Amino acid sequence: MGRGDRRGIALRGIAMPASGETASQQIFALVDVNNFYVSCERVFNPALEARPVVVLSNNDGCAVARSNEVKALGVKMGTPWFQLAALARQHGIVALSSNYALYADMSSRVVSILREYSPNVEVYSIDESFLGLNGLDSLWPSFADMGQSMRQRVLQWTGLPVCVGVGPSKTLAKLANHIAKKNPRFNGVCDLAAMQPPERGSLLAGIEIGEVWGVGRRIEAHLQAAGIRTVKDLRAAPSAWLRSRFGVVMERTGSELRGISCLALEEVAPAKKQIIASRSFGQPVHALPDLSEALVSHASRAAEKLRSQDGICSAIHVFIHTNPFRSQDPQYSNSIVIPLPNASADTRLLARAALFGLQKIYRPGYAYKKAGVMLMGISDAQSAQGSLLLEHGKGQRSEGLMKAMDALNRRYGRQTISVFASAAPKSWAMRRENMSPCYTTRWSDVPVVHAR
Amino acid sequence: MANILPFRSTPQPRPAAPSPLPCPLPLLLHRIPAGFPSPADEYAESALDLNTYLVRNKTATFFFRVIGDSMTGANIHDGDLLVVDRSIEPRHGHIVLAVINNEYTVKRLHRLNGVIELRADNPAYPSLRFQENDEVQIWGVVTGAVSRFAV
Repeated sequence: MGRGDRRGIALRGIAMPASGETASQQIFALVDVNNFYVSCERVFNPALEARPVVVLSNNDGCAVARSNEVKALGVKMGTPWFQLAALARQHGIVALSSNYALYADMSSRVVSILREYSPNVEVYSIDESFLGLNGLDSLWPSFADMGQSMRQRVLQWTGLPVCVGVGPSKTLAKLANHIAKKNPRFNGVCDLAAMQPPERGSLLAGIEIGEVWGVGRRIEAHLQAAGIRTVKDLRAAPSAWLRSRFGVVMERTGSELRGISCLALEEVAPAKKQIIASRSFGQPVHALPDLSEALVSHASRAAEKLRSQDGICSAIHVFIHTNPFRSQDPQYSNSIVIPLPNASADTRLLARAALFGLQKIYRPGYAYKKAGVMLMGISDAQSAQGSLLLEHGKGQRSEGLMKAMDALNRRYGRQTISVFASAAPKSWAMRRENMSPCYTTRWSDVPVVHAR
Repeated sequence: MANILPFRSTPQPRPAAPSPLPCPLPLLLHRIPAGFPSPADEYAESALDLNTYLVRNKTATFFFRVIGDSMTGANIHDGDLLVVDRSIEPRHGHIVLAVINNEYTVKRLHRLNGVIELRADNPAYPSLRFQENDEVQIWGVVTGAVSRFAV
């Protein structure tokens, strides 16, 4: 839907801001879980409460989630763990490996609670959702009350703390969420649409433009050079100037900040044009069989994703490389695109193509750090062109087999059935040395309660 | 001569997703006469799913494993699986999961005349009594227990 026609739709009962300056017919909320990964871990481990906790990225590389106690120590997002060792010892920081099975389950619980508040939910990321609030204002004394109710329910049902921001555009809802998080007086809920203009103005004057959704480091520097430092400045910048200096995306951000909604809810994620499956190895990998196994596993995951969006692809890009940060080691990196005989989503065909590609680019004698595949030329399976020639990895037999494989893997866990599988242990698997149990997704891992 | 062969369950853990696939056990109202073309079809009502019996609010429901025998009076035994619902407001008489000394503990909640007690359901264990200003951290309300027998 284009901008113009959405603005033309007359909607009744929309909370209008007190002054005309932010006239808009849309109203959004952004709900986001505070320190999501850390909060998930705390739900099942009360000993982590009030202690400094970080969650580390894949292979225990760097801090991707920090508790407030860790933020207070000045630890920045993405700090490598080895740089934190001294600080961690000094302050007793607990470091956990990321437990994606747990986070995914808790995230889906939060989303299903939010769906009880609005029929229009865009799951923006694992810990953030946009809600469309048009027409819902008559159900609540105010959207701030609705926000408090959401906060209370998510906390009681899942144990996770959330903040809610409300605004007449997605960009303002996100900014309102930021305000709710930073200012304790809002008690976790901030409605910029209902706020009096003077109060809103003074709040926005105190926020740097780097906090605005869509303003990256480079644009921030350019804007600052042009004298635009706060959100208030950016709101006041003329549209035409923003467009001529920074392009249409920034012009749109400026409009969104003034309360004119330009970005609609995306309730259904658009089909992906590319699917990448890759991972760094927990420890360097040298041998072709290990690399093959990793690549087959990546190709299988990518193929499963492809089938879940009902797509087919026509080529697979295979890449491997050594660790560029270990300059003392000999370096090698290479990639190759293997076109398929015909478009397909069959794991067997894609895995075979990936292995074929690997054999072409593999060189012995290197310590490989990463391998992966990217599916290319993705199109809709329904609108695929047929062929007169014999087709590989297509047709009823292939589709039936893949459907059965996906169903079994969904039901009994990942990799219950896989192609060319070889026995564990996987030397190339991710390093997750301090991972918490999968409390909510494995019978063997459910938490223990004492009866004594 | 018939032999009893041991039935081995798979050692692999299975996912306990909030919406695991139901395990349908069709409820038949009539016996099926052998050799007759399935007259029971029309009587198959619905499938029984233990999830619907045990879980009222799956978004707020979590499972815990019991260690210990302080709740045997409430038919909660060592090794049982507890179904815990966080959306229920804990009240007097509920069996609850409380957090005590950073550990999860299962007890019966007693709340009379402003005095809160967490009681074991086994005379061998003492009750925990809380003073007026103490905070009792209740994690959730226990709505069921599941046992499996070694066979």
